[in-house]
Amino acid sequence: MPVPSDLHFYVDPARCIGCNACVQACSECDSHKGQSMIQLDFIDTLRSPQTVPVVCMHCDSPTCAEVCPADAIKRTEDGVVLSARKPRCIACNNCVLACPFGVPKMNTEMGLMMKCDMCYDRTSVGKKPMCASVCPSQALFYGTREEIERLRPASQAVQTFQFGRQTITTRVRMMVPRDAPGQVSVTDGFSDPGIGHEVSDDVYANVSIGSHS
Amino acid sequence: MPLPEPENLSLLATFGPHRAYERDRAQEPGADEHLVKTHCCFCGQQCGIQLKVRGDAVVGFEPWYDFPFNKGKLCPKGIKRYLQNHHPDRLVRAYTKDASAPEGFRALPYAQAIGRVAGEIERIQSTFGKDAFAVLSGASLTTEKTYLMGKFAHMALRTANIDYNGRLCMVSAGAGNKKAFGVDRGANPWDDILGAEVIFIAGANIAECAPITTDYVWQARERGAKVIMVDPRLTPLARTCDLYLPVKPGRDVALFNGIVHLMIANDWIDRAFIDQHTVGFDALAAHVAEWTPARTAEVTGIAEPLIRRAAELWGRAKTSFLMHARGIEHHSHGVQNVLGAINMVLASGRIGREFCGYATITGQANGQGGREHGQKCDQLPGGRDLANPEHRAYIAGVWGITPDELPQPGVDAYEIFRKVDSGEIRGLLSICFNPLVSLPDNNFIRKMLEKLEFFVAIDFFMSETARYADIVLPGSLHEEDEGTVTQVEGRVIKINKAVPCPGEARQDWVIIQDIARALGRERGLTFTSPAAIFDELRVASRGGICDYSAITYDKIDAHYGVFWPCPDTGPDGQPTPDHPGTKRLFEPGSWNPIARGAGPFYFPDGKARFNVSLYSPPREDVDTDFPIILTTGRVVSQFLSGNQTRRIGPLVDHYPEPRVEIHPRLAEHLGVVDGDWVRVSSRRGECTVQASIVRTIRPDTVFIPYHWSGRKSVNQLTIAAQDPISKIPEYKVCAVKLEKSTAPAYQADLEPQQ
Repeated sequence: MPVPSDLHFYVDPARCIGCNACVQACSECDSHKGQSMIQLDFIDTLRSPQTVPVVCMHCDSPTCAEVCPADAIKRTEDGVVLSARKPRCIACNNCVLACPFGVPKMNTEMGLMMKCDMCYDRTSVGKKPMCASVCPSQALFYGTREEIERLRPASQAVQTFQFGRQTITTRVRMMVPRDAPGQVSVTDGFSDPGIGHEVSDDVYANVSIGSHS
Repeated sequence: MPLPEPENLSLLATFGPHRAYERDRAQEPGADEHLVKTHCCFCGQQCGIQLKVRGDAVVGFEPWYDFPFNKGKLCPKGIKRYLQNHHPDRLVRAYTKDASAPEGFRALPYAQAIGRVAGEIERIQSTFGKDAFAVLSGASLTTEKTYLMGKFAHMALRTANIDYNGRLCMVSAGAGNKKAFGVDRGANPWDDILGAEVIFIAGANIAECAPITTDYVWQARERGAKVIMVDPRLTPLARTCDLYLPVKPGRDVALFNGIVHLMIANDWIDRAFIDQHTVGFDALAAHVAEWTPARTAEVTGIAEPLIRRAAELWGRAKTSFLMHARGIEHHSHGVQNVLGAINMVLASGRIGREFCGYATITGQANGQGGREHGQKCDQLPGGRDLANPEHRAYIAGVWGITPDELPQPGVDAYEIFRKVDSGEIRGLLSICFNPLVSLPDNNFIRKMLEKLEFFVAIDFFMSETARYADIVLPGSLHEEDEGTVTQVEGRVIKINKAVPCPGEARQDWVIIQDIARALGRERGLTFTSPAAIFDELRVASRGGICDYSAITYDKIDAHYGVFWPCPDTGPDGQPTPDHPGTKRLFEPGSWNPIARGAGPFYFPDGKARFNVSLYSPPREDVDTDFPIILTTGRVVSQFLSGNQTRRIGPLVDHYPEPRVEIHPRLAEHLGVVDGDWVRVSSRRGECTVQASIVRTIRPDTVFIPYHWSGRKSVNQLTIAAQDPISKIPEYKVCAVKLEKSTAPAYQADLEPQQ
């Protein structure tokens, strides 16, 4: 059974609370062999508790597969990009270096690239992926477009990403503010100082370090 | 006596804590693999979860999407809790202290251990009086067990001295709720958060301590809610809240009084509600007159414009939800803080209606149910009072004794240890409680554990406290027994048994009854199942404030839980066996056994009480010797004293050891950079931990989480100051100094979780 075409994976980084539930749950997916294939990125722990969960975006034309010299990375008919196939993977790291989202990781012990497969053993039988099932803040959400539109009226789902001259469309969608452009220009973001830094810089401005010190 | 250096490594090698990791996954799912619907064993949210069971082992989990509170969501602790099952540290034998064994203990047959316990209880009570033997219980036990513990202490042991570890957790909220509302339960179902215009969160690190509530708050924001957070730390939820109030630790009630002052000044109050449904407003108004914005700002350390903005957002809202947790409750004036928060709610008139809510966020698994049915030092089942003659008579009738046989109220958990110090208490039984890690100033606690003539601990792992026991009895894990708990919303839910107890381990209620039988005091303690205990509990709660009389296991199963009160008798005396429970308290026209129709609140006149909420500074303020405020709390990957979570490898790896959070300005002053070892000391003790330099904490305050033991325990430093009403300890403020240090010597011998 293919992954139902009306069910989509949405990432809403603004909701992430860094609790690690996605990471812990990923390793419990029966086909993941105890490995977690989701990353939780800490943006700048000095300044902010902001964290971002990084799942595979499941690109329509996956760069990881395109650069693989062994043809080890397969995209299923229903649009899920799988971990490298063990008999073919030569652990060359091309995919790790080439993925614009930084998703594939080399499992050096196994000599195998492993990455988020959207819990294909679950989603292909109609179940939700582990991470989106457990996510306490629902920064990771799995459901229909109608559901997400009803639940997140202030946001829109984006699935086109611009990396310099490379345009990537993905199966996984990113939630951005409703009035934002319909595609995310990643390289433009490099010069953006980020939201929230000023907040934590200023919030205790009037507090001295101790009335007696 | 100082801790030995290093600690007993043989004991650690035998009993742990060791870290368990993933189960062997080579094994394909067998035909016998099945799922058991139950709930998480950790916090008061009590998320629904399905345990994956193979043979007699819990080997994993599967989300339980249908359970309405969490709909499959889980935090990392719930996801990995299955690793506590079949753990190498699991106690499967009884043990007795044995100084000749390198690990300090030797196993003995269960029956022999029970005999020894009964003999020592008999000896101590016959020599020094009934009250010389004390009982410490816990709020992570099922409600059936907490009922049994109260009955065991009050009826079999006839000791006044039983108390529980909710004393560290829920009692300030409980006392405040009883003073203001006459009843102690979160007032609303969590769905009422979803439609609130303003959500006011005080002293609650929801993202890390009650993670599942996060989605409720975020979902309310999607509908336009404004979120106000009061906290000395910019917690993950505070990062994107609409208004963050960086309160100086210990000053919460000043803020609440200041907000009520502005509500009155701007007429942002509900006069009709106040007139019709409350008493005491004039006295409160007179009191808060002095809490001008300028004075509030000066005391709380919050800039005046932020206070004005908070008052306006709160004051003008049509609907709202106020939540608080230990951040305002763990103080020597914790009850005053709670009353101040409730005054904001009552002045707004926004309670007892859809999307108008108030709740304290419970900490322990059964933080609600565990405080209702008679294991508190002054309590009898059904939320009844041990000092009330009518209540004594009712419960004595249920138990088949005379009221005179019941002891008078005893003392709180900390005072029990002070009575060990004074020699009044000579023996102790503890279950589900690890006071050596969790009580403040715990070097005192260790001395008292050493001083006890006889100490028996019931536990599933050798907790740090159990290491001081004369006898350790192997109790049951959460998944090895059934029973009910009551979660944060007041919803009574069912814990289901997944696997049997291993070895000579027994279900806790069996152990307690075995002790009673060995004492020859088994009358009333011959239950054959948790269901039988629950049936008696229903009768004992009938007519009380916490009325469970029409709740049954079947009704819980059919409706995903039942909210109390759920009486089996109506106001007119007619039977109401199909009572659906009470989701929302204080609805207009609602009936309760105190007001009997006079009004929705649990006082004879049916009206809520404004209480003058008095500000006083923390017991120990900073000075030149100890110039920094220390505050303590949790991290998301650990739970309470860590007896379970420090044995679960992936959780330990997430946050291996305590660190001290320091603002960069303070760090610069101290000459400390991220990762440096820092000695943090108070007048009571010290610990040396690594620094995390973060801009997300007040520069006059440092934070250390409390889940670790021995020299890593921040509770060596905390103060045993207690609220005069609730007796909760002041974990959230004491005075410390910080000095750059080097890695402690024990670092080489101990694993992070040890």
